[in-house]
Amino acid sequence: MAEPTGSLEPLLAAREVVVFCGSGGVGKTSVAAASAVAAATRIGGKVLVLTIDPARRLADALGLEAFGNIERRVDLRAYTGEEPRGELYAAMLDTKRSWDELVLRHAPDEATAYRILDNRLYHNVTARFVQSHDYIAMERLFDLHASGVYDLIVIDTPPTRNAIDFLEAPARMSDFFGGRLLRWLTMPYRISGGRGARMINVASRPFYQIADRVLGSQFLQDIAEFFLNFQSMYAGFVERAKAVEQLLHDRRTTFAVVTTLEGAPLREAEQFCEELTKRNFHLGALVLNKTLPDYLLSREGAHAASVLERETEALARELKKTGLPRLDDPGATARVLRTLGDSFRNYEVVARREAELRAELSRLPDVVVNVPNFDTDIADVAGLARIGDHLFAQTTDQ
Amino acid sequence: MGSAPDLLARRLLFFTGKGGVGKSTVTAATALLAAEHGQRVLLVEVDAKGNLTALFEHAPVGFEPRQVYPGVFAMQMDTEASLREYLKVQARVPVFGRLGPLARAFDFVANAAPGVKEILTVGKVCWELRETLEGRAHWDLIVVDAAATGHVIGQLDAPRAIQELVQVGPVRNQTDWMVDLLSDPSLTALNVVTAPEEMPVNETIELVARARAELAVPLGVVIVNRVLPELFTHADEEIFEALREPPALELLTTTAGPGAVAVLDGARLAVSLRRGRSMHLTALRDEVDLPLLLLPYLFVRDHGLRVTRMVAEELGQELGY
Repeated sequence: MAEPTGSLEPLLAAREVVVFCGSGGVGKTSVAAASAVAAATRIGGKVLVLTIDPARRLADALGLEAFGNIERRVDLRAYTGEEPRGELYAAMLDTKRSWDELVLRHAPDEATAYRILDNRLYHNVTARFVQSHDYIAMERLFDLHASGVYDLIVIDTPPTRNAIDFLEAPARMSDFFGGRLLRWLTMPYRISGGRGARMINVASRPFYQIADRVLGSQFLQDIAEFFLNFQSMYAGFVERAKAVEQLLHDRRTTFAVVTTLEGAPLREAEQFCEELTKRNFHLGALVLNKTLPDYLLSREGAHAASVLERETEALARELKKTGLPRLDDPGATARVLRTLGDSFRNYEVVARREAELRAELSRLPDVVVNVPNFDTDIADVAGLARIGDHLFAQTTDQ
Repeated sequence: MGSAPDLLARRLLFFTGKGGVGKSTVTAATALLAAEHGQRVLLVEVDAKGNLTALFEHAPVGFEPRQVYPGVFAMQMDTEASLREYLKVQARVPVFGRLGPLARAFDFVANAAPGVKEILTVGKVCWELRETLEGRAHWDLIVVDAAATGHVIGQLDAPRAIQELVQVGPVRNQTDWMVDLLSDPSLTALNVVTAPEEMPVNETIELVARARAELAVPLGVVIVNRVLPELFTHADEEIFEALREPPALELLTTTAGPGAVAVLDGARLAVSLRRGRSMHLTALRDEVDLPLLLLPYLFVRDHGLRVTRMVAEELGQELGY
């Protein structure tokens, strides 16, 4: 785009945690990984990229395995050509294992922990409840940061329906455990020692009547017992959730919003920027990913395209006179010239749409970075380094 | 690849896909196409994003179907409303004004228990189909903008999950007829919308394999959205390369101005963007044994009804209408 391109370098140099967010399909994972590669290569220190759901080839390139929460050292020298100043590590979030660890840590005793882990509802609850992916990602981030091993942690956020969900995840987690609803729901079972006798208070009676009708009482009892066990972890969870939220608000943490210049992702990005500001999180940068090059909007280009379309036949005949063997058939040459003009106009329309959307952006962070659309998918560390060049404004090419 | 001209002859079509591939647009376009062919269509939005009707330039709708385009009636899934309807119509439990805190409590349990929320969603859709088949409602086609690839199996498999989890009770008794409708290939199909990019294609391949193994719902078609045009044949590409050689380039810049370079660069970008994506198309063709429908990338500036129409037209061509 025509605007001067900003750089993520100062941000990555000054902060300890950079959270990349944005809607699905905008290339968040690649941008986060590229930032980490660039930071480890050019700034130095120990840099960790924590990714949530990378494409398989990217995961392979970073040496990541699907499960295990294990941090791997990534060899940078092979790709960047220069001696990196720092070290790069990568890890992939294993939601299931992270939850298990959390339960083992917070349960009052081992027996309760295993009662929870063995409950057939447990997996379902942790897989879907209160944005549990979001929560566990933030929780893991907290853990890694607290370990003090890394100078910089770059994290990409889970693909949620709503990008702001994870901001609220820690608070919701405390609300959930402290919630009246949960107490209310488990009350009849607490009173009767968890045996499910029908000692139901007046307030919750209609609920139990209907739930009974719909679900069957045994099922309901399973659920209540599960929550009872889960509630024993209340204190630990709330304390932890508060600490996680504090880290996200810390001065050492910043957020970078990634988007493409397409209607829906951009609207979501804007909304996200607003929410971050409103909630007093630090909005560090906006990354416009996969943008089309400026020259598609140039007046000269449009002019040339129209000449190619208007004077096709004459041009084709002239081109034959150059004596280039491939251009000796004016009919074929004319076809290519028309295609050239046509294609230019097509992409000009899209580039114009991008430029308009870009211009409409109202609330912007200080740093806005452009990353152009690359010819191929980014599937290795060399590719990440190429994105990194743009993130650090180290290049003027398209 | 053969097309699937019988797609609109079925009665219940689910659409899934990875976020960002245009699942809602393709779903809306399918509804529009069917309506243009005289069908009375119920369009169901399952995710509470509430912007499906914007594709018809219509205000958001609620649980009660509203006509958003001639022949297209849209509704927004709402599990509380669905529960209320279920209680009233099927379980014959008296319902008071608002479910209020009761619904919150139910929502809470529904979130925790596998399949409860989903069964209220899928149940409502199946209910509309059954009402139609038994002559109490009259939808020629029900089109559902279903959950994204990661969640659609859980959503459509809910009746079976409930059967396993809930041993007795009215919900269990309700699931048998749902499973029958959902697994009938003459009635129902699950379709996958994707784009020629790595993640969407991988997810599609995985989803199709999982759906075959785990799901009773028959698969329909895979719709590849945003396919970039192939600019040149091999022979034409050689001409294109020749145009970049000095004498030709000189002539072009003299005649068309310095912008000729931008035009050539633009074409090169277009060629490489297309090429970069073609390997993903190939992977789809190799690994997914379902009819592939290709929808071209639309070089347009706006969204809304005009684009929905364009997509419907392309879809109609692919389906042989």
